[in-house]
Amino acid sequence: MTQTNRGPDIETAVRRKHPGRWLAAAIVAVLLAQFVQFLVTNPRFEWGVVASYLRSESIIRGLGLTLALTVIAMVIGIALGILLAVGRLSENPLVKSVSATYVWFFRGTPTLIQLIFFYNLAALLPELSLGIPFGPAFFQVDTNAVITPLLAAILGLGLNEGAYMAEIIRGGLLSVDPGQREAGQSLGMTGLRVMVRVILPQAMRFIVPPTGNQVISMVKATALVSVIALSDLLYSAQAIYNRTFQTIPLLIVACIWYLAITSLLYIGQYFVERHYGRSTRRARTSFWEFLRIRPRTPGIAAASSSKDDL
Amino acid sequence: MSVNTIPTHPGAAPVLQAHSVCKSFGGIEVLKCIDLEVVQGETVVILGPSGSGKSTFLRCINLLERPDGGRILVGGSDVGFRVSGDRLHELSGKELARRRSRIGMVFQQFNLFSHRTVMENLTEGPIGILRMNKKEARERASKLLAQVGLAGREKAYPRQLSGGQQQRVAIARALAMRPMLMLFDEPTSALDPELVGEVLNTMRDLSNEGLTMVVVTHEIAFAREAADRVIFMDGGVVVEEGTPAQVIDNPQNPRTQAFLARFADHQ
Repeated sequence: MTQTNRGPDIETAVRRKHPGRWLAAAIVAVLLAQFVQFLVTNPRFEWGVVASYLRSESIIRGLGLTLALTVIAMVIGIALGILLAVGRLSENPLVKSVSATYVWFFRGTPTLIQLIFFYNLAALLPELSLGIPFGPAFFQVDTNAVITPLLAAILGLGLNEGAYMAEIIRGGLLSVDPGQREAGQSLGMTGLRVMVRVILPQAMRFIVPPTGNQVISMVKATALVSVIALSDLLYSAQAIYNRTFQTIPLLIVACIWYLAITSLLYIGQYFVERHYGRSTRRARTSFWEFLRIRPRTPGIAAASSSKDDL
Repeated sequence: MSVNTIPTHPGAAPVLQAHSVCKSFGGIEVLKCIDLEVVQGETVVILGPSGSGKSTFLRCINLLERPDGGRILVGGSDVGFRVSGDRLHELSGKELARRRSRIGMVFQQFNLFSHRTVMENLTEGPIGILRMNKKEARERASKLLAQVGLAGREKAYPRQLSGGQQQRVAIARALAMRPMLMLFDEPTSALDPELVGEVLNTMRDLSNEGLTMVVVTHEIAFAREAADRVIFMDGGVVVEEGTPAQVIDNPQNPRTQAFLARFADHQ
């Protein structure tokens, strides 16, 4: 069929040249070489100091606290986020407005201020008590005894994260086709059962990818707790350079660890996303593809392709 | 408006009794005092142009839409209410869910749970809501699948099935709850033309077996063959009601005549 001579063919077409790409590559190569030269030849990096502190005891302890804070704040944030998201979608006007106000407040004020605020809570409330407003208190404690810097950090980061997770989870819940809820209702499921058995599992693939990003952000956001004298990774590095004045090498030590954690999380995110994408027909992306081209909201793309499947 | 029940099933108990059901959306009256009574074993097909209120009426029956007025009884009790004194009181979510479980519904878009296999779709209700024994529920699900012509597809996910197959699974899922009444909301409207027949065949079998069904559809041929009674709705009212021979083959009302004339070419 293709043997008849019809003249020129697409198969043998001359490919377009891309001179701009070669030029750009050359410029980047020169800049990269200069940067490497800067890293290697500038003695002020003090790479020997970096190496000696990288696994020092106080840095590792700081790293442990950073990781622990990340996990605890995310757990609180996710739990709170689910409650707030369901609250914002609730038909109960009180629950709805309380949830919306919470999200408004915690998203609308800087995390740093929230942290310092909790740290100084005793200045506002010298004593915490549980009782009837204007009536007797059943239970009373000294605020400073309860709100330790660690608890202030957990509250500041966790409560703030709850507001962001609420928006992510709400978006995920809204992405599930309303027909799924109706199908559940018509089978005789209660609202709670529809949420747990039908909506949430399907919302997961819209919720998980941005939550991965939140975890990565949280690793870095924990550095804020250094302002309330909690010895996380950054504070531990600062504590050392305040004594030795090796500021740059120790900041590099901290950066190396932050990068190491976030890189691991990035790999983990790929596998978690692949797991939650399994019930869509979307072709699996290899890990290397995932690294190179990451759509900003992969969940949306998955949603539209699954709609086509119907 | 009077209830013109034609005694196709003389002496059978009423399964659905709808009286003066009204519903407005944003000031537009979609349903204007609809009355309908369906008895045990009857198949009622509701025809009518788009926007005539027929789907809304169907969704009012299991309270996916709350009517503004009137009363709907299924199996002799209000779907979402209990009677106390001379007033209706809204039921709790749990009680409403229990009453809804007796009414099966098949949707235009199938609405199978896409994260669950066919088997899990079919057992979710019986195990989770009716608290049926798991083994029993699975055996029954397999039988229902065979009944709708999909034996052996238990492990498939909905997206792996064609539209017609998905809709038949959706019918089986509703049947698994042993409903006293089945509602079909344009069950073939989202299907490719060549897949419509398999779903209609399944529905025809169910009708012949004596399932009580209310079907909203545009399939005139199905209405003629399977319906005991045909309702023609337009503008939120029942315009004409009778046997298929009366309504489809010899319509009296000009609006019914105009609607059916558009299908005449295809018959």
